[in-house]
Amino acid sequence: MAKVPVQFTLNGSEKAEFVDSGTTLLHALRDKIGDTSPKGGCHQGTCGACSVIIDGELRLSCLTLAETCNGATISTTSGLSESGVLHPLQRAFLDTFATQCGFCTPGMIMAAKVLLDHTPNPSRDEVIEALSGNICRCTGYEPIIQAVLTAARSNSQNAA
Amino acid sequence: MALALQTFATVKDANAALKAQGSRYLGGGTLVVRAANEGDVSVSGLVRSTEPSLSTIVVAGGKVRIGASVTMAAIASHPELGALAKAARAVGGPAIRNMATVGGNLFAPAPYGDFAVALLALDAIVGTDDGETPIEIFLAKRDGSRAIVTSVSFTLPKADSFRFLKVSRVKPKGVSVLSIASVLERSPDGIVSSARIALGCMADRPMRARAAEKALTGRSLTKDGIAPALAAASDGTSPITDPIASAWYRNEVLPVHLGRLLLA
Repeated sequence: MAKVPVQFTLNGSEKAEFVDSGTTLLHALRDKIGDTSPKGGCHQGTCGACSVIIDGELRLSCLTLAETCNGATISTTSGLSESGVLHPLQRAFLDTFATQCGFCTPGMIMAAKVLLDHTPNPSRDEVIEALSGNICRCTGYEPIIQAVLTAARSNSQNAA
Repeated sequence: MALALQTFATVKDANAALKAQGSRYLGGGTLVVRAANEGDVSVSGLVRSTEPSLSTIVVAGGKVRIGASVTMAAIASHPELGALAKAARAVGGPAIRNMATVGGNLFAPAPYGDFAVALLALDAIVGTDDGETPIEIFLAKRDGSRAIVTSVSFTLPKADSFRFLKVSRVKPKGVSVLSIASVLERSPDGIVSSARIALGCMADRPMRARAAEKALTGRSLTKDGIAPALAAASDGTSPITDPIASAWYRNEVLPVHLGRLLLA
């Protein structure tokens, strides 16, 4: 299999790798770069566990080929905390017990981050819509929705 | 297994590469990468084109041209395509909508392909490097299609003439039980002068409800007026059976949902 060079910015750091042509971004992140925060759930685009933010848009890393991300800016959950301080979304997921097994959590958080980046004070329905591509099989959706709303309130209080 | 991807600046060059045995075109990846992840051994290589026209939306003079690589999210947020926003938002969750393309949706097997249902009702023209094809003919022959889709074009529907309904069990995002799109033109007295009705999940690909269209023409959109159309709604259908719904169920509920759409 031909190796192809891929360069992108991951959580603020420049990354340059050679990957097998056709390798998914999920595999490149987890197996080549060592960022295991995106989870490989269904590999069909159904569960949302592998969600990452590419150039400001929520995308599924299991269905995105790494070589199509050349020059892109990619964010994953592992890049959210700064200097050991959790991002408000991460803090809210912990505080509202919105993470049980934790497998869906990184994808949920990335979906929520895109929402809050564009809509800092979302309605409950907007939160539900934003999370609609992400499946959770153990925590239950209500704590997750509450976590996103809590993070939004926290953000607006900090901004005030 | 990883599949070698070839990227070309022009559709013409990509078309030539696509002629190789086992090659598939990569749009947003929601169909073909998914197939590769599932172990579809019929796919041995991927081809894509970065030609800019594939990613542009042009609305001028009441006509719309959407490049094949335009995503559902781009359509849903386009200021002049508000009439189609509901149909675009019916496709997957936010991440899927950021990836799924118009061109890919034409090839999506039931129960997917909700936007193609809308395009069928709009009587769209499908553009390829080889020329243009009416969408109904394109969909009928899509399994053997080897030419890269470059665009879809249609006349922007008049206000309130286009309607779309997706029926699913999970809200707000779920796989379709069925989807319905219609373009209805009415005379000033409210009588339907022409009707195009397209159905999703009522066959292995989007189909026109010809019998219902004929029964609706010349009638008013009242409970009594639409009754003949509802009675004929299932004519010619061959619904899929999947974990979401059986063919029997889809046939049973089609008149109910078509009625709701027409009376909305």
